[in-house]
Amino acid sequence: MKANVWAGRNRLEIQDVPDPQILNARDAIVRVTSTAICGSDLHLVDGYIPTVKKGDVLGHEFMGEVVEVGPGVRNLHVADRVVVPFPIACGACFACQDGLYSVCENSNPNAGMAEKLMGHAPAGIFGYSHMLGGFPGGQAEYVRVPFADVGPIKIEDDLPDEKVLFLSDIFPTGFMGAEMCDIKPGQTIAIWGAGPVGQLAAASAFLLGADRVIVIDRFPYRLRRVQRTGAEVLNYEEVNVLEALRDMTGGRGPDACIDAVGMEAHHPTPAIYAYDRTKQAARMETERPYVLREAIMACRNGGVVSVIGVYGGFVDKFPMGTVMNRSLTIRTGQCHVQRYIEPLLDRIRAGEIDPSFVISHRMPLSEAPRGFELFKHKQDECNKVVLTP
Amino acid sequence: MMTDRFARALGWTSLALGAAHLAAPRAVTRLCGVDDAPGATTVARLVGGRELLHAALLLGAKNPAQWAWSRVAGDTMDLGVLGRAAANRTGARRARALAALGAVAGITALDAVCARRGSAKTKGPLQVRASIIINKPREEVYHFWRDLENLPSFMVHLDSVRTINQRRSRWKVKGPFADLEREAEIIDERAGDLIAWRSVPGTGVSTAGLVSFTDGPGGRGTVVDVSLEYGAPGRKLAAAVARIFGEHPKQQVRDDLRRFKQVMETGEVVRSEGSPEGHRALRQLHQRPAQPIGGRA
Repeated sequence: MKANVWAGRNRLEIQDVPDPQILNARDAIVRVTSTAICGSDLHLVDGYIPTVKKGDVLGHEFMGEVVEVGPGVRNLHVADRVVVPFPIACGACFACQDGLYSVCENSNPNAGMAEKLMGHAPAGIFGYSHMLGGFPGGQAEYVRVPFADVGPIKIEDDLPDEKVLFLSDIFPTGFMGAEMCDIKPGQTIAIWGAGPVGQLAAASAFLLGADRVIVIDRFPYRLRRVQRTGAEVLNYEEVNVLEALRDMTGGRGPDACIDAVGMEAHHPTPAIYAYDRTKQAARMETERPYVLREAIMACRNGGVVSVIGVYGGFVDKFPMGTVMNRSLTIRTGQCHVQRYIEPLLDRIRAGEIDPSFVISHRMPLSEAPRGFELFKHKQDECNKVVLTP
Repeated sequence: MMTDRFARALGWTSLALGAAHLAAPRAVTRLCGVDDAPGATTVARLVGGRELLHAALLLGAKNPAQWAWSRVAGDTMDLGVLGRAAANRTGARRARALAALGAVAGITALDAVCARRGSAKTKGPLQVRASIIINKPREEVYHFWRDLENLPSFMVHLDSVRTINQRRSRWKVKGPFADLEREAEIIDERAGDLIAWRSVPGTGVSTAGLVSFTDGPGGRGTVVDVSLEYGAPGRKLAAAVARIFGEHPKQQVRDDLRRFKQVMETGEVVRSEGSPEGHRALRQLHQRPAQPIGGRA
């Protein structure tokens, strides 16, 4: 079958690889009908996530049709349409039973590797490095889906792929980012990053009752797009974000701040950007944490900083004094997709939201490397690419 | 612990001696009766530098005692130099050189004792301990383990376990050339709490193990705690296994426990295409690419 394969830093190739096979009784094989390029894939392509290996099949946002099930899968059948959550979760361990699916204790066969870097291991993730399991991803014609009786959700034929595909990652991720803010009516939420996750976090914040949402980015086309959700916008290359947020909130600051950017943030001051960029290039730190620092500085006293942007390792100059002295709460996590997928499907079905508004480009899987180029370099107003095998 | 404190004290001595040699080389050469030799102060400074190196090793290392061997080597050099000096000198200089020689000989003895103790310390029986918490009731976890024939389902190095009777069992271990077999007997057992076993004397290796089962805090699952001890011949076997499989016994036990947890909680060992055998330390160094495996794995 054809698959999009990591062939070295900033090198992707469509390659012929073997078809997947059932390895565990609770596996299913899914023929991919739609898959997407996610912002967090860029960290892999850029080589900032440790333990990515040449030959790895990428992609963790996908849906398709079940073509084979292992003997341990009772609730899915051949020909079922499914959306597959990006974290792999067993459903039986302490973490899964607590709803913390992305830190499942059993689904990462390379947990020992992750422990070296992180202390304890998170769950396995499709196509997201060997430290996170060494599972092939979904930018392929077929995928093996472990614990298929736990994660995937069946979709009746009435909803097209585009409306439900993002249930596998960015919609629940954006939603969890907003949910972690504990939004109460009348509140103001600031979101860094107007990419697809930031846009869906903005839409979710309104769904959860926020009064105002302010989104910060530097690309006018992304800011225009997020304005469709009703959000106000700030271009950090034009204004001082901390001052602007202070002025917009009567000096108090936003009630909660969402970091939807993560480890490869940009900074408007060239000298500061160059400093962290150099350290990152020399592998002296893994993150460029400007957004995290700024979100912490901006947040009102006693507010919440919700981190859904991906971080890979270690951060320098973290303003812990601000966090402690101002009673801030930091909440984080890879999305526990399995927890949200059903309620969010209900919201889509009820017409409360249609996450397909983020799509800007559609192309065949064979053009995945070009899709990554467009998305990474923000060419052609690229916002979200959907690939069809 | 005592040996490490002893070694640290020697490290401070090195620091003091090194500082003295570098700060006042002339005084040192006079004290040793070699102040008449050309280049004596340079040699004293070099010796001072060497002493600082000993100090760094002894004060900086996690296991300082074994680094005392570096001091023994340095002492030997000093004894050689002072011996020649004493032989070639007369009168007061000779007396001073002999006194220095005696002092260094005494220090050498102390260094050697410390270094020997530091090396001997690593030679006891090899002990390994690991624990894991499993989200299943204690009775269930205990019974699965107590049926020893289940062990190969999560211990990858075991080919099979055959129970002979209530206490005795025969374990077949996979080897690269031939299978190793040994007999084990249960020496203590409290249903639901613990199982202790040891290899039957006379079967060539000596290992002993204890696995205990306790309720997790708040009744959440079962904590499984495994301790293994490899006696002298068993230690050699463990070392051989580590060489063959590239895995330390500690890693093996931890990996075995992770697979045990998976088997108890999910029904089987979780496999990815990058790690088709599941958790295994060796595999973590030599990952297959994360792409489907051609042919049946």
